[in-house]
Amino acid sequence: MAEVSATGPAGRLSRISVTNGFMLASLVALAVVPVIIYAAGNAFWLDIATRLVVLSIAAVSLNLILGFGGMVSFGHAAYLGIGAYCVGIPTYHALFGEFEMIASNNGFFHIALAVAISALFALIVGAICLRTKGVYFIMITMAFGQMVFYLFVSLEQYGADDGLVITSRSELPGIDTGNPLAFYFLCYGSLLAVLYLVHRIVNSRFGMVIQGAKGNEDRMRSLGYSTYIYRLAAFVIAGAICGYAGALLGNFTSFISPEMMDWAASGELMFMVILGGASSVFGPVIGAAIFLLLEQLLSSFTVHWHLPFGIMLILIVLFVKGGVSGLLDRLGR
Amino acid sequence: MDASLVLIQFLNGMQLGVLLFLLASGLTLTFGIMDFVNLAHGSLYMIGAFFCASLTFWTGSFVWGLLLAIPCTALVGLAVELVVIRHLYARDHLDHVLATFGLILCFDTLTQLVWGPEGISVPLPSWLDGQVTLPGDIVFPTFRLVIILGGLVVAGGLYWLVNHTRLGMLIRAGASNRTMVGALGIDIQTLFTAVFALGAVLAGLAGMLIAPITEASIGMGNEIIITAFVVIIVGGIGSMKGAFIAALMIGLIDTMGRSFLDDLFKLVMSTEAAETSAPAVSAMLIYILMAVILAIRPQGLFPPKVR
Repeated sequence: MAEVSATGPAGRLSRISVTNGFMLASLVALAVVPVIIYAAGNAFWLDIATRLVVLSIAAVSLNLILGFGGMVSFGHAAYLGIGAYCVGIPTYHALFGEFEMIASNNGFFHIALAVAISALFALIVGAICLRTKGVYFIMITMAFGQMVFYLFVSLEQYGADDGLVITSRSELPGIDTGNPLAFYFLCYGSLLAVLYLVHRIVNSRFGMVIQGAKGNEDRMRSLGYSTYIYRLAAFVIAGAICGYAGALLGNFTSFISPEMMDWAASGELMFMVILGGASSVFGPVIGAAIFLLLEQLLSSFTVHWHLPFGIMLILIVLFVKGGVSGLLDRLGR
Repeated sequence: MDASLVLIQFLNGMQLGVLLFLLASGLTLTFGIMDFVNLAHGSLYMIGAFFCASLTFWTGSFVWGLLLAIPCTALVGLAVELVVIRHLYARDHLDHVLATFGLILCFDTLTQLVWGPEGISVPLPSWLDGQVTLPGDIVFPTFRLVIILGGLVVAGGLYWLVNHTRLGMLIRAGASNRTMVGALGIDIQTLFTAVFALGAVLAGLAGMLIAPITEASIGMGNEIIITAFVVIIVGGIGSMKGAFIAALMIGLIDTMGRSFLDDLFKLVMSTEAAETSAPAVSAMLIYILMAVILAIRPQGLFPPKVR
């Protein structure tokens, strides 16, 4: 949170109140506005809100390693894809037979599978990537992300690059996942839980080691911390959370294609994190909101919305430091 | 598996390898000298292909189209360096990645606005469009052979440029210690611009050469650029020699894997299992290779000595 960058007691107080106030207001809005939208019968904006919440979870998980750990992972969308396929493939087999072992519509099974496979993949990728630094790390995470992309492109049975239609949503006891509002609150509750979890991680001893290793790895090592293990653990946690977000995303879109995890998708997640400000737990949620609003706004003017979006991205990198959270911080100062 | 098929696939692998080298050499130069990560390198490859397509139709000749497309691509490279890249050298790699990601979006959309969403196929003159019979009764497309030879000539030219010219001396000096080169009175900014434009031309050239085979299409650079990343990671980022060897290696392994992996798998497993698993494994083959090499040598095969 903002405490990390606070310089003095006076500055700290005002800044916390500005950022925290903003965060609370946003979270309340996220709880209230969709109900109103749904009551008004506007399915489109409820869809946007659900996408926002799901992508926020993914962005918050990326921020754990990118913002706090300084690990610039450019393959994070791969976990979204893995998570979604962990819903799609069991449902596919539940409908068409074969592979009885994983054929299931049970939501707990889907989520457990998504989290486990994502964590395992993150463990393998992290174990290799974290031996390297800087540019190598960026490019290797990107290459492994693309590897998963090509893997699913080559799997004819699951639709290859046409994608896979997920015929029914995961079944969870007590929650009607087919109801848009109920599904939204499942995602919203998940976001709250993930925000709390990441907040606790970041402010724990473990989180301090991660942040310390970002600031000065040699110092942390000479203090006796095995930074590699700490980083790897953070990498796996982030991957697992993002896999969970992927399981929600697969349920939400009822369709999964490799395109959802190509490197442009990873770039968009990074954009959300940076835009929202990588130094706060809540920042990526703001980033995701701005991203989705921009997408809607720009694409309503022109089908070529990537052009103004790309230009904005360049301008933000060139002229705005610290993202929107940074701006808020400076306003609060 | 008969021998001539293996040889043909070997040549196809070489062709992919030299194209990868043209892309990877520019990437590794800009990284080695400016410490700059350019994701938009693939966009220059795409721009080169589209320039070549338009100019081929305008002049009526592929050779003229290619020769004229080279300075055009260089101009685009210069413009990008002056407007965006130049301001980013002092920033961290994350900023490089984000800004060049933005550049990719701009390039892809602009190309679509200028040339339309459809791909453009580039016609070859008849003397390039045929096939040649090589020793051993191997029939191979002339143009692919020209790509291999042309690529090797460019590689030789780059070797000469980097090792035996004044510009090359500055490039090597810049790669080992930028500040010192600047302090010795070399205009480092101009050197950076020149190197970036050189990288742009090399990437554009690769695009021009592939355009008659595939076609110039939107986003063509985004696929191959990842493979080019794998090349420079395997070769050691900043190393020209590493880029060359790794490019040929990756080109050959990727091509051979896609053609023969199912035959290899059939030796150890059932036909059905081989036919399902081979495409998946061959799609991942170069990444697995990258992982293995990094596990043994985290800095790649030929890490530059000074950095």
